[in-house]
Amino acid sequence: MSLRRPAKNQPENFEFNPSSLEAAKSIVAKYPEGKQQSAVMALLYIAQKQNDNWIPLAAMKYIAKFLNMPYIKVYEVATFYSMYNLSPVGKYFVQVCTTTPCMIRGANKLVEACKEKISEDESVLSNDKSCSWMEVECLGACVNAPMMQINDDYYEDLDKEKTLKILDKILNGEKPTPGSYRGRINNEPENNRKTLMDLKNA
Amino acid sequence: MLRDQDRIFQNLYNDLGPDLTSSQKRGDWVNTKEITDKGRDWIINEIKDSQLRGRGGAGFPTGLKWSFAPKEVGSRPHYLVINGDESEPGTCKDRDILRFEPHKLIEGCLIASYAIQAHVCYIYIRGEYFVDGQKLQVAIDEAYEKKLLGKNAAGTGWDLDIYIHYGAGAYICGEETALLESIEGKKGQPRLKPPFPALIGLYGCPTIINNVETIAVVPTILRRGGKWFASLGREKNTGTKIFCISGNVNNPCNVEEEMNIPLKELIEVHAGGVIGGWDNLQAVIPGGSSMPLIPKDKCETLTMDFDSLMAEKSGLGTAGVVVINKDQDIIKCMARIARFYKHESCGQCTPCREGSGWMWRMLERMAKGEASKDEIDMLGDVTKQIEGHTICAFGEGSSWPVQGLLRHFKDEIKKRNKFDPIVKENKNIPYLVDQHLLDKNA
Repeated sequence: MSLRRPAKNQPENFEFNPSSLEAAKSIVAKYPEGKQQSAVMALLYIAQKQNDNWIPLAAMKYIAKFLNMPYIKVYEVATFYSMYNLSPVGKYFVQVCTTTPCMIRGANKLVEACKEKISEDESVLSNDKSCSWMEVECLGACVNAPMMQINDDYYEDLDKEKTLKILDKILNGEKPTPGSYRGRINNEPENNRKTLMDLKNA
Repeated sequence: MLRDQDRIFQNLYNDLGPDLTSSQKRGDWVNTKEITDKGRDWIINEIKDSQLRGRGGAGFPTGLKWSFAPKEVGSRPHYLVINGDESEPGTCKDRDILRFEPHKLIEGCLIASYAIQAHVCYIYIRGEYFVDGQKLQVAIDEAYEKKLLGKNAAGTGWDLDIYIHYGAGAYICGEETALLESIEGKKGQPRLKPPFPALIGLYGCPTIINNVETIAVVPTILRRGGKWFASLGREKNTGTKIFCISGNVNNPCNVEEEMNIPLKELIEVHAGGVIGGWDNLQAVIPGGSSMPLIPKDKCETLTMDFDSLMAEKSGLGTAGVVVINKDQDIIKCMARIARFYKHESCGQCTPCREGSGWMWRMLERMAKGEASKDEIDMLGDVTKQIEGHTICAFGEGSSWPVQGLLRHFKDEIKKRNKFDPIVKENKNIPYLVDQHLLDKNA
């Protein structure tokens, strides 16, 4: 298990803005009547999006009221799942996969790049408070290793140099293009593809 | 090599586009009504004849699973749940289905829902695949628009609604009952079985849970016949499978191949060979990180299917092949996998919650050469105490890779760790293995 604690400095209030509220209502409608608790994960995600990538305790209380469920149940969910950030992570949240398939293809170089550009330690905000990085477990793009995720997007087939360039961009407030950085659009072998060649050449 | 016309996922590499029109050109949604008109029993029997085994890791026969659903719908509705919480290190096949072949999955959902009499289907996608989930949502919206979903879906007379439910970064939610807990809005901690989900599952109702790949191959099997599928591969290990080949190979890739394909062919032909040549191969993890590794000498003749890998004391799992060459430190690789399991344990059962941490700490020390001789046996002992003593299969999943390391690379560990026992007396007290106790007074 991983240790997860809420941040010390918490905002007093939290409320969904109109667009979040609309999204939340449409999500609650996906589940059978009386089972609105099912929507808690999606609502926490919406709250996290709205609140600069992290969930304050006030948001958990708000969601508990919204779904008519005990606050502790929302707290349990928010602290159990690792994608909910319980403290500020910055506008750009960089997650570097370092599990074995990425590790053996050089994920530690990506970590070095993050240390150089963002901050020495993981989960510490950069000087301008705009981003932070952390090592995470397998992100499920092992064929494109090593890779990292910035907010929702995957950046694949990286090396240290390419990572430094991407990090420079986000530190300048730009959004780098997601996807493979060796020009792949899919998971085919990069050269010498042997299957479905008729379709490729069609 | 499998003939191209026998490949189910023609758009695995997105040569043709994932949208509805292109999918229909490939044969999706063409005669869905004809299939459902043949009846539930025919569908389930055909799947049984095809000997399709679940693609999520355990390899349970799909037809059999479907036949567990109650024959009559009682007061409780039935549910179909699709497991797309692909988090096993080394595996990235479902992602390609979600983004490139979404209509195969959606049509499969309709047919499977019809067979088990479900009107609602939830597709659980891991939270990190948010972008790929959005692509699936586009395909679902497209299907609703063309009346392939909703009331009287695709003219079959069956009503079906499909909803996507995103996870939030918990590996354990790939376990079917933990996944159900997660959909219900709780912590993803597995339930005790029995009762099995087929009778008491989501919201206490009969629920069938299948992997994305399993459901996506169903329409093609029914179109081409269970016999065709059963003719590929070998008995009880039939059909095709998407293999993900990652790690130290020249061209890491996903490829759909026949079951029972030789591992060497998979690596040499499709993935462009091991970096540094075949002789530079050290070991292969054949089915995602939970499966014990296999050393090079056995890789020469190994064939990839459920039963032949089982005979090698490993398993096909999700068919995520991780190739490790001799430039890598094998103990470190396994220590990193142990750290993964330590991080992902849900904390419900003590042997797993505590044991996964022990295994990680011991392996880290062994990688550095700081462990004592008797710790090697102690590590084996710890794995045995986790395995089989937990609610779900996570216990096995976390201890098998360590057992695999001990089975095949014990000499390597022994060579590196030559110390005498650090704690000479009372060394039978297992919790002295804890790092912080050793650090204080060795």
